[in-house]
Amino acid sequence: MTRVVVIDYGMGNLHSVGKALESVAEFERVIISSDKEQLKQADKIVFPGVGAIKDCMAALSLDLRETVLEQIKNKPTLAICVGMQMLLESSEENDGVEGLNILNGKITKIKSNDHIKVPHMGWNKVKFLKDHFLLRNIPDSSFFYFVHSYCCLESSDALAETEHGRNFISALEKDNIFAVQFHPEKSQAEGLKLYKNFLDWSI
Amino acid sequence: MSVSKRIIPCLDVDKGRVVKGVNFLNIRDAGDPVEIAKRYDNEGADEITMLDITASHETRDTTYKTVEDIASQVFIPLTVGGGVRNIDDIKTLLRSGADKVSINTSAVENPDFVKAAADKFGSQCIVVAVDAKARNGEEGSWEVVTYGGRNRTNIDVVEWTQQVQEYGAGEILLTSMDRDGTKEGFDNNLVSKVSGSIPIPVIASGGVGNLDHLIDGIKIGGAEAVLAASIFHFSEYSIAEAKEAMRASGIEVRI
Repeated sequence: MTRVVVIDYGMGNLHSVGKALESVAEFERVIISSDKEQLKQADKIVFPGVGAIKDCMAALSLDLRETVLEQIKNKPTLAICVGMQMLLESSEENDGVEGLNILNGKITKIKSNDHIKVPHMGWNKVKFLKDHFLLRNIPDSSFFYFVHSYCCLESSDALAETEHGRNFISALEKDNIFAVQFHPEKSQAEGLKLYKNFLDWSI
Repeated sequence: MSVSKRIIPCLDVDKGRVVKGVNFLNIRDAGDPVEIAKRYDNEGADEITMLDITASHETRDTTYKTVEDIASQVFIPLTVGGGVRNIDDIKTLLRSGADKVSINTSAVENPDFVKAAADKFGSQCIVVAVDAKARNGEEGSWEVVTYGGRNRTNIDVVEWTQQVQEYGAGEILLTSMDRDGTKEGFDNNLVSKVSGSIPIPVIASGGVGNLDHLIDGIKIGGAEAVLAASIFHFSEYSIAEAKEAMRASGIEVRI
């Protein structure tokens, strides 16, 4: 049985992610855990994250961080929201935080103005820049649910973009890693399709 | 384009049952919050807000169970408000599956609670609900009220929303107590004044009687989202109809 481990390091709406994965799982077992052994035995890894990136990085203890880095080298991995941001090089949030440097790109603050509210909160279109297995059966420019105040504007790993005042990168991919700024677990049918595709993904 | 404008149906829940009348055909149990949430989800609701109006604090477990049941079956954002008094209340709600919590009276009584909550859980899940009433005799001025409008606080609404935004609120749920229940439409002067003075999204609430009111809340009030209860509960309009009307008026919505 395929074991999907959602990393529980104290940051993230794990209930929502877990329930959404379970609702599309057929043969997979969804495990929410911070246990290093569980992570080592995982076939697939989900890396969520909400809140401030400094807190997320701090919550990922040195110990766990090493295991995570080791395990996401080859296993199919899905990173969500601040989980995605943590995989990049750095973020200017909290006066500057270093990332895990697995994906290309930096995180900067979204600028508000008369028409643009921050946080970017709500449903927005995700425009695909290229094709990917995880986008299977999902129409281009589908709506997904976002909540964030920081974003990635440029990346050589960009897979999709979204406009809020200006274009930013809403999904990235590289080898075994798929990372999204939006929340598939809150994005109704299209979000569940993405989770289903993740479960079906083999690399 | 930027982010779509949102329609948020609100469920008032007392001891685990939806109250204030829900009247749907083809629904097995019209008092069951899960059934109703699923119905709204199918119709295209962008989020769901559940307001726990249970007077007694002893039935809190029922609330958590309801949140868990909705969150297990409805995969759109869920905000829960009513009786959120401390950090533990928030933690339990989020663990039960709420995505955001709405803080009202406790914020007014202790503004630092907003700061503590946002620091601990992140601004993205802290909604501050503000009940506003026009100040007697003062044009364009509103004060914060609590306890369903019975208690006036003399706190200026615009200053208050600026303060809680600085303290880390991610969103404001702004209810006009002058309009609530009247079906005369939002107080768009209020919505526009508040929305224009803070960078975070404002959800307009109180007074919706028809679909034009929803459109006005966004076009005139400048709200990012509109919240309504009764027009959807009694099937006067479906959420799908509301979205069609908004789109026809040129508002970007998720359809």
